[in-house]
Amino acid sequence: MTHQPETHQMDRLLFGDNQFFGVNHMSEDKARAQMMRFRDTGAIMEVLDQAYDAGIRTFMCTTHERIREVADVVRANPARYPDFLFYPCMPYAHKYANAMTDLGLVGAISSFLPEGGKMAAMLSGGMALAQKDAGSIARLLIDAEMKMFAGLKTPVIFLQNVFTDLMLGLGFTGAFRIFHDHVREKYGAEPGYITMNLPALYKALSEEGIENPVICANINKIGFRMCGGHQAYLDVLQNGRLQAVAMSVYASGAIPAEEAISWVTALPNLKSIVFGASSRGNILSTRDLVAQHWKHP
Amino acid sequence: MTKPPAAARTRIAVVGLGKMGLSHFAMVNAHPEVTAMACDAGGFLTDVLEKNIKAPVFRDYDAMLASEPLDAVLIATPSRLHGPMVRAALERGCHVFCEKPFTLDWRLSEELADLAEAKGLVNRVGYHYRHVGAFGEVARLLSAGAIGQVTHVLAEAYGPVVLAPKRSTWRSQKGEGGGCLYDYAAHPLNLLNWYFGTPVSVAGSVLAPIFSTDVDDQVMSTLRFANGATAQLSVNWSDDSQRKMTTRLTFIGTNGRIFADRQECQIYLRKAVEALPDIPQGHSVKYTTELTTDPWFYLRGEEYSHQIGDFVAEIRGEAPSGVPNDFRAAAQTDRTIAMILEDQAGLAAPPRPVSRRPETPRKRRFFGLL
Repeated sequence: MTHQPETHQMDRLLFGDNQFFGVNHMSEDKARAQMMRFRDTGAIMEVLDQAYDAGIRTFMCTTHERIREVADVVRANPARYPDFLFYPCMPYAHKYANAMTDLGLVGAISSFLPEGGKMAAMLSGGMALAQKDAGSIARLLIDAEMKMFAGLKTPVIFLQNVFTDLMLGLGFTGAFRIFHDHVREKYGAEPGYITMNLPALYKALSEEGIENPVICANINKIGFRMCGGHQAYLDVLQNGRLQAVAMSVYASGAIPAEEAISWVTALPNLKSIVFGASSRGNILSTRDLVAQHWKHP
Repeated sequence: MTKPPAAARTRIAVVGLGKMGLSHFAMVNAHPEVTAMACDAGGFLTDVLEKNIKAPVFRDYDAMLASEPLDAVLIATPSRLHGPMVRAALERGCHVFCEKPFTLDWRLSEELADLAEAKGLVNRVGYHYRHVGAFGEVARLLSAGAIGQVTHVLAEAYGPVVLAPKRSTWRSQKGEGGGCLYDYAAHPLNLLNWYFGTPVSVAGSVLAPIFSTDVDDQVMSTLRFANGATAQLSVNWSDDSQRKMTTRLTFIGTNGRIFADRQECQIYLRKAVEALPDIPQGHSVKYTTELTTDPWFYLRGEEYSHQIGDFVAEIRGEAPSGVPNDFRAAAQTDRTIAMILEDQAGLAAPPRPVSRRPETPRKRRFFGLL
């Protein structure tokens, strides 16, 4: 029973969350300074409010524990945030990696499931083989990750790049189909895939029969972390059928802002840009550059 | 990279689908010039993979070696098993990539290096930090004499592995090669070995548990190298102020200072050096992002892809990056680990004198008054 969601038109600018959680590709010191600044959810909300008031209403965020608090604030204040959209990105890889070290693979999976004990018993018990159905476990894990967004608008749900690229590398592309179907059927949302290997992922999704996918990847003028090659990315964007979301458009600051935005907004099939910022000035300057340069519909 | 026909691809089996093996398999499998297969004695994950991927999954290592025409194996099993599995592969003429630490006995490591070299087989060990742009830059700077005579080194690694008493795995058992020394400290030690060779003496080693029962969670030691440098090792895997493992190296020499981590290489030169026209006098920085090229496939950092890319390139007679990361180099690290263990147990030989260096001039005092 596949019901087609109403076509959701993604906004041109999406607000990312790396800056809130100490992810900085250039410097550990900067990352630590950001973690200190955003230790309170209030400090995160202050920046999100600045973005929202600047007309950037979509927050593309990992399913980090701290996001639960952001979701609670938005849920409790519908009058303040009538148009606030979440694009959840799952799974939050470090949460699973740490749990795997502590509990082992089966223990980690079980710990994230509502009926954890029962599942653990099933996985390790005699009925194991029949129950080793990756699909049913995956669906339960997706539901567990989505709990923090209950009652909120989540029109696009992303698979995180570490997981997408692990499945892509393993050749376990059936996982993309499982994710796609569950996100559509249960959440009426559009499934998205974050990757560091856009050309290879686009091919794998096509082979799984997933058409016109939402794919988020590094897309920037200098080819920073665009694996498979700059030209291969441009070929997919020019000749493929996809809804591309560009991240790292500034290549961690290596490209001047205006040059970066004017180049990326001219690309065909580009639907959105996701960017992170910690100050109102940077939010507004990115917004204004995009408004100025993004000519095509 | 264009995909060659199946017959022209390199056939590699990834052995052990644990924490490292699974991601190694994903990268090997994604390599356009490779036909990959997996081998693991079994368990939940192996069952799930077998049902869902195209690549063949074997259960028995020896049977696979006997039946499959393989070019190479990648060994990612618990450390204690590395020695016999590596030997079996070499004896069948397979090229070998082995996870770190190489073996738990440096004499065995040397023996396997001898065997691989005698047979002319490609042999590499998974010390991925050598493929991080910033640490490669350190090698270039030090070998060009950027900071003069290096006297003072700080080698650190911190991360959130053992934060409470926990269930037992091979990583928590000493005899299996578990513990912070083998798992974490091996990385900064391996980088020091790259820059300075094996230490001439080790002193003041402290290996202490914090939450673990059988193994060390923190390691400190003082290492002296033939070039006169003294390195302080400070490693702790019970530090959750770090989001993930962080390795940092600081070098002070007669002409300046270098600091490096995975992200960047910060340099201070008292005077510019002729051999390094790109490094100015004073403070400067190079970011890993500008020192690294994109690999064919990205999963968890370029360095993990590049170490496998090098292995495949060397097997295929293509040009690898030139980063030295073979059995012989890893054996130096196994030797260094053994020196630390002996020192901690009070078994170390008395330190040999370090090469004699000219005496440093005394600070001039103004008539002895200041």
